[in-house]
Amino acid sequence: MTKKIVLYVLLSISAFIMFAPILYALSVSFMSADDINNAALLPSDPNVQGYLDAAERIPLLEFIFNSFLIATVTMVSQIILCSLAAYAFVFIPFKGRNFLFILLLSTMLIPFESTIVPNHVTILNLGWLDTYQALIAPTLVTPFGVFLLRQHFLTLPKELWDAARMDGVSYFRYYLSIALPLSKTTLGALSIFAFISSWNSYLWPLIMTSDDSVRPIQIGLKMLVSSQASTDWPIVMAGAIIALLPTLLILFFGLKYIRKGLLSGGVKG
Amino acid sequence: MKPLKKTFVKELKLFGMGLLYLLPTFLILGVFLFYPIIKTLQFSVSDVLDGGIVTEFVGLEHFLSLFSSSAYLNSIKVTFLFVLYTVPLTIMLSLFLAVIANEKLKGNKFFQMIFSSQLGISGAASSAILLFFFHPTLGTINNILGYFGIPSVEWLTSPDWALFSVALATIWMGLSLNFILFLGGLQNISKDLYESATVDGAGYWVRLFKITIPLLSPVLFFVTIINFINALQSFGQIHILTEGGPTEATNLLVYSIYRESFIYGNYGLASAQAVMLFIITLIITLIQFKVGERRVHYQ
Repeated sequence: MTKKIVLYVLLSISAFIMFAPILYALSVSFMSADDINNAALLPSDPNVQGYLDAAERIPLLEFIFNSFLIATVTMVSQIILCSLAAYAFVFIPFKGRNFLFILLLSTMLIPFESTIVPNHVTILNLGWLDTYQALIAPTLVTPFGVFLLRQHFLTLPKELWDAARMDGVSYFRYYLSIALPLSKTTLGALSIFAFISSWNSYLWPLIMTSDDSVRPIQIGLKMLVSSQASTDWPIVMAGAIIALLPTLLILFFGLKYIRKGLLSGGVKG
Repeated sequence: MKPLKKTFVKELKLFGMGLLYLLPTFLILGVFLFYPIIKTLQFSVSDVLDGGIVTEFVGLEHFLSLFSSSAYLNSIKVTFLFVLYTVPLTIMLSLFLAVIANEKLKGNKFFQMIFSSQLGISGAASSAILLFFFHPTLGTINNILGYFGIPSVEWLTSPDWALFSVALATIWMGLSLNFILFLGGLQNISKDLYESATVDGAGYWVRLFKITIPLLSPVLFFVTIINFINALQSFGQIHILTEGGPTEATNLLVYSIYRESFIYGNYGLASAQAVMLFIITLIITLIQFKVGERRVHYQ
């Protein structure tokens, strides 16, 4: 009994420390300047002025649309391309696949941050600065995604494959109607991961955009913050809440996929 | 001769098909990963103009000037300190969260969800929120301290505190990913082990240190590596919270690359820094494999 009470106390304190800043940000986003100066916990007269002002300061709806577009395309593309590559590594016995797989694995060691200078030059020379394709193209596929799906494909029963081959099922047919449907959980985890990390990416969009038309919401957030001289906190908090809400909801609903997906592949190895 | 020819054709067909499945992946990695790696190496030993035009081979000049630049040496130092502040604490705290959230209790699903929440929140949003918490006069942290009569701290604006504050923010942001991995690892440990240990009279702490932690070591190993890599690559929180300042106190390696190339326009020097970042990441990962592999128990 005592153990239970101690655990509940520890859990509650931890949950409070973890999540209170988010809840307080939500509260501040509805506050007036007076409330903030008085260090109020809750808005005395809740209003959505912060949200309206944020939308006036930056093209908020456009930024959100951009983020959705970029994250969705990235997600769909990663599912298709990563699964095709992973499938080839597991099911198509061609010469040199081990070499290619090791090559792919070794790229996971290279920080994307250490290649941004020439990547910026590439995009510049393609004339792609301030375009959607510049923001999307480098993340159409990730070695991590290929690795995760390969680990999963390796766990599919061998008998299934043998039986299907016996029946003359083609490689592509097996991929489409057997391998993919049996990988829903891992594909779910990868989709959520891809969407969230694209939505939340920061450095790459920062150097790719100077124009509002294609900017994602994360960069918009920095624009709200950087007018520091008279930082209007309800505006900043409103922006932060809008930027975090979609991915937080996706995470809450998709958590079980992420957990199962990551464990079947990432860790057990 | 015939069967040999037939196998050869079959092999060739398989090879072609394999490459076809892999083509898009390697095309994209080629353009945005393999090619830039080679280019980074080339830029790091050259003078580079805007638009990536290489004008002159300068050998190791950029690297030499990095090692004689106090700003860059400081950047390495603060990155090292930052890793030291963030990695061990993030791992210990998230392991603690995973252990308490893994107990059979009513409502543990709710706590698991709260502890996972940061994974869905961008670094930019978290940083914007913490910017308010760290504010010297209006900020929540100083308000709370003031309530207990503790004098205000210049969290982000004093060179003594800024790195610590950014590290604190990073720990908070990094807990969730580790928590999810640890919790998964804990749930994979077979219940029978605990039961037989309990029968043998092992108490809570003995079970924790003799069963749980050793069996969790593969996850612990994996988590340690990704934490080091994430810490070395921190950028968003620096850009929003401190922009590398005050007086270079939070000028971490990636921020330094960003500033050198996209603010000062020194592509050559920035590329030399990028090569250094890669080498440092590689060395740390290799050390971990050397040290870690020996201590990892696989079930």
